[in-house]
Amino acid sequence: MRARVLIRPKAGILDPQGIAVQRALPALGFAGVANVHVGRLVELDVEDEAQLEPMCEKLLANPLVEEYEVQLLDDPSTSDDEYREGFGTRHRDHT
Amino acid sequence: MKFGVLQFPGSCDEVDALQAARRVGDAELLWHGERDLKGTDAIVVPGGFSYGDYLRAGAIARFSPVMEAVIEFAHDGGLVLGICNGFQVLCEARLLPGALLPNAHLRFTFRQVALEVVNPGSAFTRACGSGGEEEGEGARTSQPTRLSIPAKHSWGRYYADEPTLDELERNGQVVLRYAAGENFNGSLRDIAGVQNAAGNVFGLMPHPEHAVDPLTGSTDGLRIFESMRLAVESAHV
Repeated sequence: MRARVLIRPKAGILDPQGIAVQRALPALGFAGVANVHVGRLVELDVEDEAQLEPMCEKLLANPLVEEYEVQLLDDPSTSDDEYREGFGTRHRDHT
Repeated sequence: MKFGVLQFPGSCDEVDALQAARRVGDAELLWHGERDLKGTDAIVVPGGFSYGDYLRAGAIARFSPVMEAVIEFAHDGGLVLGICNGFQVLCEARLLPGALLPNAHLRFTFRQVALEVVNPGSAFTRACGSGGEEEGEGARTSQPTRLSIPAKHSWGRYYADEPTLDELERNGQVVLRYAAGENFNGSLRDIAGVQNAAGNVFGLMPHPEHAVDPLTGSTDGLRIFESMRLAVESAHV
């Protein structure tokens, strides 16, 4: 099972990366941008999806300051080898 | 008394910590892959970038074999000092409350900082008030003792939720604060160093091991190591 874990700073905790990106966008001419937050993405293959939550609690996220969201990806074609080969041209639909 | 200084792949301040500890006692390095603390009386978790700081600072080091032994040592009442990355490791290991977040201004900063000793009676600060160069009766007034120690980090903003911060202050667990105007990283309530409820585990972001020789401008950091020596020796009596 391929899974994707999205990790973001908890609401209410100062997110200086998000603020920096939010301030940079208007400088490039992108107007009307608000509430930018920068987090982390972890993709992994797991045999037992029940282990994903304890993985997040123990290592992938720090629950004191981060919240996480687990997504199960049912596309089995994204094996690790293909992932590496396709890195940079991953969006095969577009190539 | 003997200090044990941990060494992870990516540690970079372990030799300075070793040299600082040797000014007040014996000290040796303890490799991250070993569980044997070799009979040391106190542990120093040094600064650096343990395991590359991958994922989050301290997140992976916290599961190393030596840390399993340190966690047990701490639960048995052993003295543990975490400096900078070591502070991050101790928070990740839940030996200390709270977490260290990226500096509010996002920049790596290296500067000398003035710290106030909020809890001068702790096992890590009890030698701080006895500095010879301070004005005689001044040390007895309500003016807190100050330490001048360098800090160098980009992930040093101390965070804990409001109830936890209130509890830390009530229990005397806030040991060091940045003096007025010195809180460059945005730490909540100007907290520079905290100890656990039992008072045997302490972490701080500034680097006392870099302030032990007059050559580098301040020897205030030595008082932290001296305090630990006093605490260990009084426990042995």
